[in-house]
Amino acid sequence: MFSKILIANRGEIACRIIDSCNRMGVATVAVFSDADRAARHVAMADEAIHIGGPAPAESYLMADRIIAAARDTGAEAIHPGYGFLSENPDFVDAVEAAGLVFIGPSAKAIRAMGLKDAAKALMEEAGVPVVPGYHGSNQDPAHLAQQADDIGYPVLIKAVAGGGGKGMRRVDDPRDFADALASAQSEAKNAFGNPDVLIEKYVLQPRHIEVQVFGDGHRAVHLFERDCSLQRRHQKVIEEAPAPGMTAEMRKTMGAAAVRAAEAIGYKGAGTIEFIVDGSDGLRSDGFWFMEMNTRLQVEHPVTELITGVDLVEWQLRVAAGEPLPARQEDLTITGHAFEARLYAEDVPAGFLPATGRLAHLQFPPSARIETGIRQGDTISPWYDPMIAKVVTHGATRAIALRALESALVDTEVAGSVTNVDFLIALTRHDGFRKGEVDTGLIGRDLDDLIAAAEPDPRARALAVIGLAGLADADVKGGATMWQPLRRTIAWEGGQAMLEVLGPGAARVDLGDSIHEVRWQGDRWWVDDALRRNRIVSHDAGISVFGGRTVHLTRHDPLARDAASAGGDALTLSPMPGLVKAVHVSAGQDVKAGDRLTVLEAMKMEHSLTAARDGTVAEVLAQAGDQVEAGAPLIRLEEED
Amino acid sequence: MKLKSQALTNSDAYRANRQAHLALLDTARQAAQAAAAGGGAKAMDRHVSRGKMPPRERVANLLDPGSPFLEIGATAAHDMYDGAAPGAGVIAGIGRVHGQDVMVVANDATVKGGTYYPMTVKKHLRAQEIAEECHLPCVYLVDSGGANLPNQDEVFPDRDHFGRIFYNQARMSAKGIPQIAVVMGSCTAGGAYVPAMSDVTIIVRDQGTIFLAGPPLVKAATGEVVSSEDLGGGDVHTRLSGVADYLAEDDAHALAQARRAIANLNRRMPDSVVWQSSEDPAYDPDEILGVVPADLRTPYDIREVIARTVDGSRFDEFKARFGETLVTGFAHVQGCPVGIVANNGVLFSEAAQKGAHFVELCSQRGIPLVFLQNITGFMVGRKYENEGIARHGAKMVTAVATTNVPKITMLVGGSFGAGNYGMSGRAYSPRFLWTWPNSRISVMGGEQAAGVLATVKRDGIERQGGSWSPEEEAEFKRPTIEMFQRQSHPLYASARLWDDGIIDPRQTRDVLSLSLRASLNAPIEPTRFGIFRM
Repeated sequence: MFSKILIANRGEIACRIIDSCNRMGVATVAVFSDADRAARHVAMADEAIHIGGPAPAESYLMADRIIAAARDTGAEAIHPGYGFLSENPDFVDAVEAAGLVFIGPSAKAIRAMGLKDAAKALMEEAGVPVVPGYHGSNQDPAHLAQQADDIGYPVLIKAVAGGGGKGMRRVDDPRDFADALASAQSEAKNAFGNPDVLIEKYVLQPRHIEVQVFGDGHRAVHLFERDCSLQRRHQKVIEEAPAPGMTAEMRKTMGAAAVRAAEAIGYKGAGTIEFIVDGSDGLRSDGFWFMEMNTRLQVEHPVTELITGVDLVEWQLRVAAGEPLPARQEDLTITGHAFEARLYAEDVPAGFLPATGRLAHLQFPPSARIETGIRQGDTISPWYDPMIAKVVTHGATRAIALRALESALVDTEVAGSVTNVDFLIALTRHDGFRKGEVDTGLIGRDLDDLIAAAEPDPRARALAVIGLAGLADADVKGGATMWQPLRRTIAWEGGQAMLEVLGPGAARVDLGDSIHEVRWQGDRWWVDDALRRNRIVSHDAGISVFGGRTVHLTRHDPLARDAASAGGDALTLSPMPGLVKAVHVSAGQDVKAGDRLTVLEAMKMEHSLTAARDGTVAEVLAQAGDQVEAGAPLIRLEEED
Repeated sequence: MKLKSQALTNSDAYRANRQAHLALLDTARQAAQAAAAGGGAKAMDRHVSRGKMPPRERVANLLDPGSPFLEIGATAAHDMYDGAAPGAGVIAGIGRVHGQDVMVVANDATVKGGTYYPMTVKKHLRAQEIAEECHLPCVYLVDSGGANLPNQDEVFPDRDHFGRIFYNQARMSAKGIPQIAVVMGSCTAGGAYVPAMSDVTIIVRDQGTIFLAGPPLVKAATGEVVSSEDLGGGDVHTRLSGVADYLAEDDAHALAQARRAIANLNRRMPDSVVWQSSEDPAYDPDEILGVVPADLRTPYDIREVIARTVDGSRFDEFKARFGETLVTGFAHVQGCPVGIVANNGVLFSEAAQKGAHFVELCSQRGIPLVFLQNITGFMVGRKYENEGIARHGAKMVTAVATTNVPKITMLVGGSFGAGNYGMSGRAYSPRFLWTWPNSRISVMGGEQAAGVLATVKRDGIERQGGSWSPEEEAEFKRPTIEMFQRQSHPLYASARLWDDGIIDPRQTRDVLSLSLRASLNAPIEPTRFGIFRM
């Protein structure tokens, strides 16, 4: 076994790897960018090396510096985590050339699976079913359109070098093909440096079921399946293992296909074979097709760990250190059911826009397994994925594990940034999901209901008003009032309520649409004579009320008054932190409502910002290449007459 | 030392007392609510339609949310001026801003444009008096047309009239007691000196105006035609004249600026007493309504009230076996040490001497005094006069008059005759004087007064050989009895600011605590007593 390894990653996965190393007595070296100097993974590691600027290209993608760091610190191996350099075969070559061990598959295996069309051909040869599609190198748009016609709509355009939903477009109508192709290619080029795409048949009611495999370079085993059908725009939201409705026969068939796939490329380490499964008529052994292989540890690996009892990171280290496979297929069994929810800093009602912020308050329930790289007080920066944590639960049955997930999410407290926690809670309460009726279209179909179910409820809002008034603090719950309680305004950014303190621990909150009586009794909050599970937390960013349907109110500074009111629709503001990719207008130019003004890149997605009205551009306030915060003004139009 | 209540909380008497007190409370509450409604719904709608906050909301938005507001003279001018000036058209009281106690005086422009009736002046001056004695920063929320002209003779000329407001501002400012004005409406003529005399003045744009003479008077005097805003609006005063220091966009902004001004005062409460952590009484204060007889003539043990007022119902009774009609002792009210002086019957010589002794003790130790006043007077009769009860009474009055520790007086029953003096009545300048709804105050009881007058009358009739039937005598006494009844009523008393307000007896502890805390904003000066007649 290695005595010391370097972890070429950040965030929760770096922390996760350090956890296993600590259990195994393996010393750890972390690397960090300027933005991560105070990050949790750095604090947890035995040693840490600074490798560059905050942009991934200046640090976590700098193979040379990472390898140098490993050599300087005497690390024997490099664990790449996921993302960044984890599936970069050139990096693997460089690591090995430096005399170090890459904890993962060979460069050859990565290359074999890295280009999706070639991977599919390889799988077909190995007898693994693949989806009908065009995987050719002819990228002429007309040719690709013809291929799409041949496959039959709907079709999916996917980046050849892609992953994680980047550079992927579904097209239902041939007329939309050209536009979708252009945008997919642009996104692919931006994300992967390779604009090439492939075209595939789009499976109706598809389910995303993947099989965890593990190889030692010769043989492979599978650790059963995960169902990742709960996706929004190809981004996984909640994953589970095993897959609901999975039969023993189909599991065996899929597992065998996955093992064949792994062994066909002499796979070493942890990998995942993703299948698309036709869920329109139950699960059938002939209804699954190979999609791609992820030649790394997956984000959602903890659900597999919880049902199998295997520490996959430990296995990775052992196999990389030269040990044979730690278990035989017949030794592996499934115990219970597990779920993982991805907690993100994102603004759900605003369209799941990535958010940033300093997490003034962060608390997780002890009941769940939490994978996180963030501590209270840390900042979600615009530089990296805005994931806060993975909340993972295990139970004897699917129903129990799901209830445990719901409860854990309700007890999760994050303040300082908006999060998707209420959306996740709403998902755990979704009837179809509860019954196990999952497919990748579920979230899209019921999105409005799910978002509505996550809207704050007025009683929690009333408690937030109490918090904002400073009445939730331990010993000040309101003083005596004489004959007539005083009625006052409590304002926050974007709203206000009227508060009447009726006496110690009793108040009336008038939200405008509804009036609520709040009492502090028996060390708990009651609203309208009902005991609440809510917790009121005051932090430097404002007030948060937790316990499902979270309410955040940002403190309002009554002294901050705009001398001149803002220009209303004259200003185009950045809706999220990101990089200004392009500015399409210049001062003096006339624009029509809906014209594209700028393109903002955030979280590797491109967002076009358009003119809110007709007008003349007065000023361009940002240049291409600028990194801007949410709310930053980008374009100003002339005032209207 | 923990008091043991003898009250039977399930007795008929208890229930009857409670019913009677609740009825009295209801009357007081209605009066307070009527005063809080100011000039009524129509006037309020007009006020709000101008973008102004209702006056009580202004006060609330100035103060820390949920912090207590110790309102002064809530029912001032009740039933006076034909009901034209609810609350005397001004809101006054002690609240907290950033944890700092402040005196707030807010004009209620919905009441006759916030003009000053005689009681308005008296209430404003009383608020300033409290502020000066307690070293409380003053915040004036100004929205007033100035003196009420039809009442000018009772508002303008005398010492304790309108001009005294500015005199007080100057004197307080000289003592380092901050004076802050927020001009949220008119501030005309003499009223202009409230902001002008303040240390810091905030004015609301397009709403607050300050001028010695308004546009109509200017036109009459010089022919100049000018708008209010150009004559003395917020822009003019913050940019050109320098009469105001901060320009606010609206009421909310102005109040936020006032809060900031107070946050920047750099004041700290003097450390005069040793605070303990507060503890609830062992007996529920709510029971006061049942344990105190509804009829003033029914005697009861004042310790039943003390047990429901002080921390842990613990009372270190001083000289319990001597002069038993006066109960004296040490206790804590919400952590603050107090010396309690409470009546348990008519005052005898021993009781008066004991009272003087106890006041001396508290004065030397710097312990605030709380008087629970329920007194028919000093004992009368040859025996008592001959043993010198006036001399002993004078000792107690001297001690009470000259002590420099804060005194808080709670009128919990009768307040008659010289007993009022010994028990720190209004003339003895207690920092605060609060009254229960069942209290009565007059020089003597109505029956006794009528009796005295009837005796004089009968003597005169009989000296001239006439005769006076019992019916004629009863008819003679009736108007006097009725007058005393009416004038001794707490609403009558409170309307005239003979006290600082009627309180709910169940809140005695809260009100005492707030009064004590407010008082302790000022350092306790050493006492120098007058000559005690020995």
